[in-house]
Amino acid sequence: MNEAAERDAPSPTDEFVKGLWRENPVFVTVLGMCPTLAVSNTARNALAMGLATTFVLALSGAAISAVRRFVPPQVRIATYIVIIASFVTAVEYAIQALSLDLHKALGAFIALIVVNCQILGRAEAFASKNGVVVSMLDGLGTGAGFTLALACLGTVREILGSGTLFGVELFGAGFQPWVLLVLPSGGFFTLAAWLILFNYFKTRPARRAEPEAAR
Amino acid sequence: MNDEALSTIFINACLINNFVLAYFLGICPFLGISNRIETAARMGAATSFVLVVSSLCAYGVHHLLEAIGAPFLQLTAYIAVIASTVQLVEMFIKKVSPALFRALGIFLPLITTNCAVLALALFQTNRGYGLVQCLVFALGAGAGFTLALVLMAGLRERLELAELPGILRGTALALVIAGLLSITFMGFAGLSG
Repeated sequence: MNEAAERDAPSPTDEFVKGLWRENPVFVTVLGMCPTLAVSNTARNALAMGLATTFVLALSGAAISAVRRFVPPQVRIATYIVIIASFVTAVEYAIQALSLDLHKALGAFIALIVVNCQILGRAEAFASKNGVVVSMLDGLGTGAGFTLALACLGTVREILGSGTLFGVELFGAGFQPWVLLVLPSGGFFTLAAWLILFNYFKTRPARRAEPEAAR
Repeated sequence: MNDEALSTIFINACLINNFVLAYFLGICPFLGISNRIETAARMGAATSFVLVVSSLCAYGVHHLLEAIGAPFLQLTAYIAVIASTVQLVEMFIKKVSPALFRALGIFLPLITTNCAVLALALFQTNRGYGLVQCLVFALGAGAGFTLALVLMAGLRERLELAELPGILRGTALALVIAGLLSITFMGFAGLSG
């Protein structure tokens, strides 16, 4: 009885953790692909993009949740977009002020956080129905999951594609970089490889159970 | 002001720097709506139309914002313009051709969150294109998007009949195909001369 009630009302930690793994925005729900693939050519870009998106996710989640009672349902999407766009503008100016190099490397993709479907997705699916603190945690969790996924892609692509990690040389002079991975097609291949790996682990219990059932 | 030739802009946007395969823009519809060639072509046409209209609107909005000295509103203004353009297109198609409207269904409003549309507006502003250049740029981007979508749909239609291991099915396979297409499009880089 008690256990069932606990399961019905997930704890705040749960809201955070689910975005990290069970509902990971990139690997499980496959949302927000454009920035994922475009800026994950080095680990540094990937991490910066992940953090910027997390910031927008958390704050817009909180803001949208705060105004959810005052917004008429007909104009809610437009309202959400404007709220998200304001935070993205703030992030863009902040990055430009902090590191011009990073701003140049990420280019238009900072502004394109606005149309990252997972932000609007979380706003519609979660923040518009839940309290401010929980929505912020949900945003932080989703953002952390997004950052994790980007970091996975970014490190693989940087290590194999240019032989460095965060700009530090990893191998000796004899290393032949696998240039393809830094190019656009490498983004597609690396993500496909990660997805295949996850599919493999997800289906393993089922495959193990099968021969037994056949017997 | 940018003085790139119109043909260069078109070929650049359509083939060399294809929005989907080189810039990773509009990946969501690219992966989501590329199961049938017919739907893919219709989606491409609708997106191209929105690209052209919103590109022209964004050109106007950019100059308006310059005039009143509020560049920080650019992003918000663009997204509002795009959302209303999509709404207008939706109403227009509904009035003119109800059949096409039904065929496009949910894809139509989703064009708002297609990053290719917003990216086009931002790129043309950054590069300082004139009105005609904007128009050609939008047409090229739309043609490139449609081309990528139709190619992808054709490949996926064939693959449906193929025997595949379970872990490859779905998104993973689509991404591998996209990667191969992207390599193919790299061959067009020679066109830039």
